[in-house]
Amino acid sequence: MKVLAALSGGVDSAVAAARAVDAGHDVTAVHLALSRNPQSHRTGARGCCTIEDSNDAFRAADMLGAPFYVWDLSSEFQEKVIEDFISEYAAGRTPNPCLRCNESIKFEAVLERAIALGFDAVCTGHYAQVFQGPSGPELHRAIDPLKDQSYVLGVLTADQIAHSMFPLGDSTKVEVRAEADRRGILVAAKPDSHDICFIPDGDTAGWLSRQIESVPGEVIDVETGNKVGTHAGAHAFTVGQRRGLALGNPTGDGERRYVVDVDVAKNLVMIGPPVLLDIDVIETIKPRWAGPLPAHGDRIHVQIRAHGDALPATLNLNENSVTIQLDEPLRGLAAGQAAVMYDGTRVIGSATVSRSRRSASL
Amino acid sequence: MAYLDNAATTPMLPEAVAAMTELLGKPGNPSSLHAAGRKARRQVEESRERVARALGCGSAEVVFTAGGTEANNIAIKGIAWDQRSKDPRRNRILAGSTEHHAVLDPVRWLGESEGFEVTWIKSDASGEITVDALREALGQDPTDVALVSVILANNEVGTISDIAALTEVTREFGIRFHTDAVQAPAWLDLDFSKLGVCAMSVSAHKVGGPHGIGALIISRDCHVTPLIHGGGQERDVRSGTLDTPAIVGFATALEITTAQKTETVARVNALRDDLVKRVKEIAPDAIYSGAVTNRLVNNAHFVFPGCLGDSLLMLLDAQGVECSVGSACNAGVPQPSHVMVAMGADEDQARSTLRFSLGWNSTQADVDALISALPSAIQRAKRAGVPKVTTAPVRV
Repeated sequence: MKVLAALSGGVDSAVAAARAVDAGHDVTAVHLALSRNPQSHRTGARGCCTIEDSNDAFRAADMLGAPFYVWDLSSEFQEKVIEDFISEYAAGRTPNPCLRCNESIKFEAVLERAIALGFDAVCTGHYAQVFQGPSGPELHRAIDPLKDQSYVLGVLTADQIAHSMFPLGDSTKVEVRAEADRRGILVAAKPDSHDICFIPDGDTAGWLSRQIESVPGEVIDVETGNKVGTHAGAHAFTVGQRRGLALGNPTGDGERRYVVDVDVAKNLVMIGPPVLLDIDVIETIKPRWAGPLPAHGDRIHVQIRAHGDALPATLNLNENSVTIQLDEPLRGLAAGQAAVMYDGTRVIGSATVSRSRRSASL
Repeated sequence: MAYLDNAATTPMLPEAVAAMTELLGKPGNPSSLHAAGRKARRQVEESRERVARALGCGSAEVVFTAGGTEANNIAIKGIAWDQRSKDPRRNRILAGSTEHHAVLDPVRWLGESEGFEVTWIKSDASGEITVDALREALGQDPTDVALVSVILANNEVGTISDIAALTEVTREFGIRFHTDAVQAPAWLDLDFSKLGVCAMSVSAHKVGGPHGIGALIISRDCHVTPLIHGGGQERDVRSGTLDTPAIVGFATALEITTAQKTETVARVNALRDDLVKRVKEIAPDAIYSGAVTNRLVNNAHFVFPGCLGDSLLMLLDAQGVECSVGSACNAGVPQPSHVMVAMGADEDQARSTLRFSLGWNSTQADVDALISALPSAIQRAKRAGVPKVTTAPVRV
């Protein structure tokens, strides 16, 4: 196959591309330029987007004998990931930008361009597995539970999965690092990237406060309806958050208070006891299916954050929405988070949380 | 493999390789006073004379630099500073809007960091800087101008500007004039003494010489505030130990290129015309950018509507055809061409370009290879399309 390998300049994508070459594919490498003003050197835990990363990607591609190009997707990234991230927070929701990037950049803009240019598949260093199932290719969890990235790939459609290669899904990170070292890939010891790539110092709240106008408002205790404090801007708070409320000695009962709701329209941060965070019904919008549509009443597992647990649940399918009924209540879920649904290790699909609530039985 | 990117760099002439490699193992710093030093110095000075003969200047006017970019920086910063120090009213720099980044960026820097006022001279639709455009940029009172810099032959579209006509205008006002002639010596008869400029930049690797060596030709009466201080080599304008083997390689290449120019130009011109004719047959919607006749004979530059330049480049590269989008790269990403924008192209057109540039050893087979690879490349690149840009407009 003619394979386009996306090389970030890190270990994983380099080994993934090397495995694609070993498998006999005709591999061309691209580094995605996602930042409009790339820094020259890596700082902190960032794993992409500097000129140094681009050079590392070039060196890895060159070792593999793969032609190397840089594709400028900074406009698309700005519009579809960064601006989406800001507007979601501004609307009081908590988005996952990595998911958005996979959905609209790596497996849409890049994949579409690759197919048009004559490639058969895009290869990345994500930890996930693709198997041929009875009704087409299926996306499954990686074997390394610590590295499994099927959650952030949960937005991929069946067609996108059919054109994706994830050669690392059957390996652990330790094995991949050892292999990189054995292959002489220079970035074998490069630290794993975490944090949000476009927020270099990891201070998401600080970064957001520079993007979104902060208007001070009131903090309300939902149980009493009383104003118990002030906040510097509602968008900086997320459901389930406790730190940063600055309430002093909160309540007579001595129980800690958490953010239980954020009302951006009224600029209110609602707080309450942790029991109010318990929800068992997840309402979602924008479902995307990784394969055949599931059935109403299907028993599934749902995961609501990148390294969260898979929670047993029942699927309720309506015309335009998907509601997930959890077996056991979950503490703290913000609108905007992605709910990725699994059947065993297989990804069924994903949807964006629009609202969560407690059922009458809870 | 078909190499059609000779405007970026062209292979070294075998004679230049031989002359240079013979010297690589030899001792002798041209500034040393012993026999080996004198021998190296003789090689440098003979080379200086050969370069001077090829470019129509005096040998004392040749200042060796580490290439075209350095020559441009020395000229632009050095002359602007010198002129302003002598007459503080001279605080304005004029430069063509189609300059190479090696001129564009020093001029911008002088504007942003050194308090100079910058006026960009408009280009016409072909990429030429005309006398009228220069007059307009000079304005009512040209006595505040420290320096004018206009590229002799544009690196992207190959358009030639009439430098001698432009310097007629500036001479009236005693304004210093620099030209970036890096693309010119292989293809045009260059005579420094007749251009009327006080400084001219050239580079060895565009004429079959080695990388990392070039020259700034500076007339005797033109003073330049130095950028690089040190041992005082090269008229105190450019310090640093002279690279004897590279200088000899440069002189050899320039001399041979000049001697064979008539024959090479005729041959390459015919190849280029064939290339243009056949590209237009394949892609009737392709736009041949720049001037029809007033251009370098080795340059063919096109807009391929609906195709991203870097998609085409990648697809041609996969078929062994090497060319360029023409414009500068930023961290490996081709930028929309400021030259095309200055010529009146829109942003999409400015990202849909390809430059094919022939060289002294280009052959019919190179053109044939391009012509056979191009149809499928255009078809696929069109399918991939040109993504909508939301970036800021190109700054000129």
